[in-house]
Amino acid sequence: MERPAWAPPGIDISVPSVSRIYDYYLGGSRNFEVDRDAARRAMEFLPGLPVIMKANRAFMRRAVKFARTEGITQFLDIGCGIPSFGNVHEVAQDGSPMNRVLYVDHDPVAVEHSQAVLDGNAYASATSGDLREPRKILDSPEAAGLLDLERPVALLLVAVLHFVQDEDEPYRAVAELRDALAPGSLLVVTHASPHGVPEPPERVEGMTGVYRSLGNPLVMRAREEITRFFDGFTLVAPGLVAMPDWRPDQPDAQEDPYAFVGFGGVGRKP
Amino acid sequence: MTPPHRTPGSGTDQDNPEDRLRRFTTIWSRAIYPATAMSMTRPEFETYLAPLAQELADALHARPFDPAPAAGVGTALITANCTDPDVLSRTLGVIDSYLVLYRGTEDLTAEDARARCARLQHSLAAGFAQALRERTLCEQEAIARSALRARSAAEEALHATEARFRAVFEGAAIGISIADLDGNVLEVNDTLTKMFGGLEHHVLSRNVRDWVHPEDVSHVWRLYDELVRGEREHYRVEKAYYRNDGTVLWTNLTVSLLRDADGAPQYQLALMEDTTERRLLNLRLRYEATHDALTGLPNRSLFSERLEKTLSAGDDSRFGLCYLDLDGFKAINDSLGHSAGDRLLAEVADRLQSCATAPGEMVARLGGDEFVALITGPATQSGVTELASRILGALSTPVTVDGRDFTVRGSIGIVEGRAADRSAAEVLRSADITMYRAKAAGGNRYELADAEADARAITRHGLTTALPAALERGEFFIEYQPLVHLDDGSVHGAEALVRWCHPQHGVLGPDRFIPLAEHTGLIVPLGRWVLEQSVRQAMAWHEQLSGGAGGAGGAAGPLRINVNLSPTQLHHPGLVGDTVEVLDRVGLPPGSLCLEVTESALIGADEDLLKPLRQLSEMGVDIALDDFGTGYSNLANLRRLPVSVLKLDRSFTQGMQRHPADPVDLKIVEGIVSLAHSLELAVTVEGVETGAQAEQLRQLGCDTAQGWYYARPGPPERLHALSLADAGPSSN
Repeated sequence: MERPAWAPPGIDISVPSVSRIYDYYLGGSRNFEVDRDAARRAMEFLPGLPVIMKANRAFMRRAVKFARTEGITQFLDIGCGIPSFGNVHEVAQDGSPMNRVLYVDHDPVAVEHSQAVLDGNAYASATSGDLREPRKILDSPEAAGLLDLERPVALLLVAVLHFVQDEDEPYRAVAELRDALAPGSLLVVTHASPHGVPEPPERVEGMTGVYRSLGNPLVMRAREEITRFFDGFTLVAPGLVAMPDWRPDQPDAQEDPYAFVGFGGVGRKP
Repeated sequence: MTPPHRTPGSGTDQDNPEDRLRRFTTIWSRAIYPATAMSMTRPEFETYLAPLAQELADALHARPFDPAPAAGVGTALITANCTDPDVLSRTLGVIDSYLVLYRGTEDLTAEDARARCARLQHSLAAGFAQALRERTLCEQEAIARSALRARSAAEEALHATEARFRAVFEGAAIGISIADLDGNVLEVNDTLTKMFGGLEHHVLSRNVRDWVHPEDVSHVWRLYDELVRGEREHYRVEKAYYRNDGTVLWTNLTVSLLRDADGAPQYQLALMEDTTERRLLNLRLRYEATHDALTGLPNRSLFSERLEKTLSAGDDSRFGLCYLDLDGFKAINDSLGHSAGDRLLAEVADRLQSCATAPGEMVARLGGDEFVALITGPATQSGVTELASRILGALSTPVTVDGRDFTVRGSIGIVEGRAADRSAAEVLRSADITMYRAKAAGGNRYELADAEADARAITRHGLTTALPAALERGEFFIEYQPLVHLDDGSVHGAEALVRWCHPQHGVLGPDRFIPLAEHTGLIVPLGRWVLEQSVRQAMAWHEQLSGGAGGAGGAAGPLRINVNLSPTQLHHPGLVGDTVEVLDRVGLPPGSLCLEVTESALIGADEDLLKPLRQLSEMGVDIALDDFGTGYSNLANLRRLPVSVLKLDRSFTQGMQRHPADPVDLKIVEGIVSLAHSLELAVTVEGVETGAQAEQLRQLGCDTAQGWYYARPGPPERLHALSLADAGPSSN
C-alpha cells in the first residue's frame, strides 16, 4: 500500500541532500551518486564551490578557537550537516574534553551519522531539529541535558541561514535564539552571497537553480541583509567580512578568489 | 668557489641535510595544501609532513633499498584528509623534481637515484590509492549505515503513526472510506462496512460513482466532480445509499480531498455518519407534529403551513377552501360517548380524504368536528363547489358505529379566490363565517363567501372570540327588573338580566351574546357567574330589608330573584350541584330563587332532562316557564313539568295596549290564568307598559307583572329604593 498522505516523510536516499553534497565538496565519500550528481551540476556553473566550502570550514575552525579563547565552553551548532574533518566538537573539545557540543540538523541521515561519530562522547550529542522552529530545539531533552543557557553559548549558524526562505522568517528565528542566550554568548554566521563571485551573474543563477530543483533553495543575501542577523549582537573585529579575511592564521595565505565568496562574522551578545 | 652548476643537494651550499629536508617539506606542503580540505593550518600541515619527508629521504638511501615506507607516506596523506587526486599528482611531481635534488646523491649514482625515486613514487601512489580506497569504502559504509538507521527510525515513527491512525480508522464511530480520484474505493473501515450491511467486498468492489440514489440532491455530483478535479477541498451533504439488502442508508457525508506532498490531488476521504435512525425519528416527530392522531389527517399546523404557502404562491394562482363543520355532532358525542364519536370522526375523515385525492388537494382536521379541504390549480372556481358537493355526497350515506346507523350532515363555508388577495387568517375567518351562515340556513349545505355577509358576521365573530376574555376581565354586569304584585303593587322580586359592557360596542343586551356563549359553551361559566352575583344581590336585599325596615320586609316577604337558564345550562351535569353550592355559600333560602327556563327548551324533554329541575324544585327553588305561549304550548304537558310559575310572553300583553283591548286576547289570557291556577301555578306577565294594561291583567287574575310601567332594568340600588317605597308606577 502506498504511504498515506498523513504519514510523516520517510527517508528517501534517492533525493539529494545538501549535507551530503557539502561532504562531497569537502572531498568526503559520505554521499551517494544522487548527491554527487547534484554537486557536479552545481559545479558546472561555479567550479570553485569546493573552495568556498573549504574556506567556510576553515572559518568555522577559527571561530570556534576564538570562542574558546573568549571562555566559551558550550557550543550549539544548528545545521551541522554530516561530520567530516575538523568538526566543531573536535576543535571545541581539543584539550578540554568536557566542553559541551550539541549538533542539530533536520536531515535525519546527518543526525544519525553525527550520533554514530559521537558515540562514547559524553559531552557531545546530536539531535533532530529545524532552525525554523527554534523553540523546539531549545526545549529538546538533548539541549536541556547538555547546555546551561544561564551561561554563555557559542551559537553556530554556519552555512545554514541561506537555506531559510524569507517567508520562514529567519530573522525571527535568530532573534528567538538570541533572546534565549545568556549575555556574553557568541553568534557565528557564514552566509552565501552573490558578492565576490568570480563568474558572471547568470552562473550564480544557474547554481541556485540547481539547489532550487533539489527542493532546497539557496537564498543569496546581500551583506546588509546578513548584517541584520546580528541585531542584538555586537560584531567582533573585523566584523562581517569575506571568510579568509576573518582573523586568518597567517597573513600571507595565498587564497583562490572563490574563497572570498560569501561572508562570515562573529557577534557577541552584550 | 661556487660551481656554476650547483645543485641544492650537492653539499656545495652552506646548509646541512636537515635544512635541505625542511626546504623540501615546505615546497611539498605549499604544493599540495591548496588541494586539501583539512582543519590544519599550512604550518601545522608542514609539521605533519616533515616526518613523512624524512621517511622518503631515508628510504631513498636505505641499503638494501626498500620502497615500502613510501606506501606509508601515501597512507598518511589520506589520513590527513588529503583525498584530492591533485594531492597525489602534486606530491609525485614534488618528489620527482626535488627529492633527489635536495637529498643529494653522494652515495648513489644519478641513475640509481632516479630509479629508486621512481620506485618510491610507485609505492607512494599505491599506498595513497590503497588508503583512499579503504577510506572511501569505510565512509560509504558509514553513510549507508547512517541512512539505513535514519530510515528505519523514520519507518518506526511511520509505523507508530500508521498504527495510531489505523486504530483511529478502525475504531471510529463514523464510517470512513478512502477512494482514488477515479472513484475506486481503496479502503473502508468496519463501521462503514457495517453501515452498508456488513459485507466488505460489497463496498470495496464499488466505484463511488455507482452510489447514485434517487434522493440525491441535485448538486451532490457536481460537488463530487469539483472535488476530484481538485477545484474543491471538501463538501458536506446529506446523502442516501442503498444497503446490501436494498434498504436505504441515510448519512451525513463529508468528503475531503487529500493531496500529496506537492499539493496534487491524490485521494478522496469520505466520512459518513449514519443518520438513518435520526432521520426516521425526525420524520416521525414531524409527522406527529403535523398530523392528527385520531384521523391521520394533516392537522391545523400543517394545514396553516400549506395555506400560507398556497397564498404566497404568486399573483395568478387561485385557491379554493371548504370549511366543514358537522351538524349536530355534539349531540352524537354526548349521547354515544367519546369513543363512538371518535370512530365516527375517523370514518368521516376517511370519506373526506377520498373526496380530495388529486394533486394539489388536501384535507385536514382543524380540531373537534371541524375539517377543511384545500384545492389549488387553475379551475378552483368550479372545482371548489364540486368538491363541496362531493363532500356532502360522501356524508349522505349513514355512518355505522356500534351497529347503529348515523346520518351525518355538515355545513360548508367556501372561500375561493386569487392567492395573493388575502392572508391565511382572513381566509379562515371568512370560511368560518360562511360555514355558520350555512349552518344558520339549516345545515347540510354549502354557502359561498361574500364580502357583505362577511362584514355582517364579523361583529358576531368578533364577539364570539372576545367572550372568554370578557368574562375574565369582568366586562359583564347585571341589571335587575322588578317583579311587582299586581294586587297591591308591592315589589315581589326582580329578574336578573346580564349585560356586556363591551370596550368597543358599548353595553350589549343578552340577545347579542347569549346565543354566542351558548354555542361556544361559555354559557356555563357565565351562567354560574350570573347565578352567584344574583343570589348575592338577593341576599343583600334580604339583609337590608330585615335589618332596616323590618316590618315592611316581613309583610312583603323576602325579595325573590329570577335567573334565566339557557338550554345548555339545563343539560350541564353541574347544574344542581352548582346551584346548591351557591345558595349554601351565600345563605339564601332556596325559596327566594326562581330559575326561568324557556318553554322551547323543555319541548319534548324526557325525564332525564327534567330530573335536575325536579330536584331543585323539591328543594324549594321555583322554576318558571319563560316565554309561555310562543311555541307549541303543550298544555297537557304542563302537569308533569316541575314548574311553579308561568311567564306569559309579552305578545299577549301587547294586544291589551289597544283601546279597547282585543277581546280574543283577553279570553286567551283569562283561560291560561284559569288553567294555571287550577294547576297551582302562579302567572307572571311581561311587557306591562301602561296602567290600563296593569289593571286589566290584575282583573284577569294574574299574580305578578314586570315591564316599563313599573321600572326598566336597572342597578340593584334602584330596586332597593322601589322596594322600600313599595311605590306603584315609576315616574319615568
